[in-house]
Amino acid sequence: MDILIYGTVNSVIFSLIAVGFTLVYGVARVPNFAHGSIYVLVGFLTWSFVNDLKMNYALAIVLSLLIASILGLLIYRLVLIRLRGMATSEIIASFAVSLIILEGLRMQGIAGFKGFIGPFYTLRPFVDGKISIAGIFVDYQRLIIIGTGLVLVILLWLFTHHTKIGLSLRAIAQDERAAMMLGVNSDRTAMLSLSLGSALAGLAAVIILPLGNVRAEEGYRVLIYALAVCIIGGLGSWGGAVLASFVLAFAMKISTSLFGALWESVVLVGTIILILLFRPSGLLGKQKELEERV
Amino acid sequence: MGTKARRKKRLDRSIKVRTEGLYALTSWVEMGYLFMPRALLVLGLLLLPLALDMYWQRVLCSAGIYALLAIGFDFLAEYVGLVCLGGAFFIGAGGYIAGLLNEYLHWPPLITIPVATVLGAGISTFVLLPCLRLRGIYFAIVSFMFPLFAVFIIIALNVFGGTEGITALDTFPSIWVELYLILGVVLIALFAIRRLVNEDIGIILRGVMDNDQAVRASGINITAYKTRAVFIAALLGCFGGAYLSHLYGWLGLSLFAMDFSILPIAACVMGGMGTLVGPVLGAFILTPMSEALRGFGQLHVVLYCLILIGFMVYKPEGIMNVLQRKYHQFEVWEEV
Repeated sequence: MDILIYGTVNSVIFSLIAVGFTLVYGVARVPNFAHGSIYVLVGFLTWSFVNDLKMNYALAIVLSLLIASILGLLIYRLVLIRLRGMATSEIIASFAVSLIILEGLRMQGIAGFKGFIGPFYTLRPFVDGKISIAGIFVDYQRLIIIGTGLVLVILLWLFTHHTKIGLSLRAIAQDERAAMMLGVNSDRTAMLSLSLGSALAGLAAVIILPLGNVRAEEGYRVLIYALAVCIIGGLGSWGGAVLASFVLAFAMKISTSLFGALWESVVLVGTIILILLFRPSGLLGKQKELEERV
Repeated sequence: MGTKARRKKRLDRSIKVRTEGLYALTSWVEMGYLFMPRALLVLGLLLLPLALDMYWQRVLCSAGIYALLAIGFDFLAEYVGLVCLGGAFFIGAGGYIAGLLNEYLHWPPLITIPVATVLGAGISTFVLLPCLRLRGIYFAIVSFMFPLFAVFIIIALNVFGGTEGITALDTFPSIWVELYLILGVVLIALFAIRRLVNEDIGIILRGVMDNDQAVRASGINITAYKTRAVFIAALLGCFGGAYLSHLYGWLGLSLFAMDFSILPIAACVMGGMGTLVGPVLGAFILTPMSEALRGFGQLHVVLYCLILIGFMVYKPEGIMNVLQRKYHQFEVWEEV
């Protein structure tokens, strides 16, 4: 029971982390390796808006999400736009952006302490309290996570399948040239997707981070989770992404309760490698199967 | 009609054309033209340690390790089409094998380093073997995970010294041995790989990069060739790792640190991808720079990432390609 409930919570956390990345990479085909760093940055910004500037919690969240989306826009506008189409350069450049943000923040003492004596960077949960489900205590924050995650995935599915902007996002992923011929401005669309993806990373941060501390290491972990979910699920497939987060989260949860917490990461990477070996295009991926991998 | 447009025209220098064939052997000038850059590099690297003090000599040693990794990365990325973000895995494999052999079997560095180089490269290749079917970004991502994976496993199993590492390994007899060992290996690796990419295997590897289906259709097993290429690049990295653990007489989890994966890439981009010499130059420029900033904590990572992005966006060809162009060609402004 414990495994079932917390596994579900973790799965939704995984999907939340990954939706932004899936939107940007899986759909618009821009690998945004700065995803994890934006996650941490938003957590840090919200914390310092609330604690240093004494802002209202909701206002701080909105403001830092806004900053995140502008940052995503700038990353595309200043760096990635010149590297469009060179996949490896895109990866390396956006990963470098991510390192700059994360290591820059680490210099500010974000490693969990502020100068070893200051406060932990901890965000407050939205609603305090716990509820008992079948004898297991679950706090409200985790319930909020599940709710938000489900709503978000459904909204995004609707967005990418039934709105004009969403459809153009998918269009430039499938065939950029044809999309341009039909009047889709590919640069503007990619820019939009990056800023939206960053905002989603930020949203995931403000919802999930109250469960733990804001630390620079989180950034790398989040990036790996997002990549894992995106790869395992198959590109551009929302169903795949959700399925992948459930597979990963349950694999990790079960291994943790069987062998101990240290094995969690081993199981994660092992699962990724196994799935890539046997199903190279992901669990539900069909897009460009032959072109992407041999 | 007031505006006159000008454009830059580049032409090969006449001496470059004259030195392309066998006729280069006819005069000292032509031979000098061919030999000078190479001699400059070799002599420069070999004489550089004499002008430095103890601390910077040590920095030069680690720059050599980064240079080896950078050559390996450049070879894999530009001649085979595999972008390997997991350079740290090679360092770790070589370093751990050398250190363990030294600690438990008490073999001297003279034996552990070659054994660790070959064995480590074999292990790295074997581990990467399943991923060789992947291409482009997928290989990049999976190879990026391997160093992390290795760290997790070592922590989880608590083997090989666990989180603390193993200290008091044998070190080299003197700083000069350390210096000239790594510099010599860098030079040998550089010229060997330059030779290699122009041999038949190099042509096949470039074919694999450009269009692997076509190579496959010619009846060539691309996985076998990719395996060889990875083995070669891993040899360089594992030598670096084995050397590193004997250099400091210490091995630990920081052998898998991300510095070893990212700094060589920055060096490659800075020096010029695909030139093989460029990455070496880049490594010998970047490492001292980041070393000088080590006092400021993580600032050196920020710095070399900024350099990386700057070069990638504004000067994607890198230093070496510019230098080569200036050396071989002259520019004139002509009116259009």
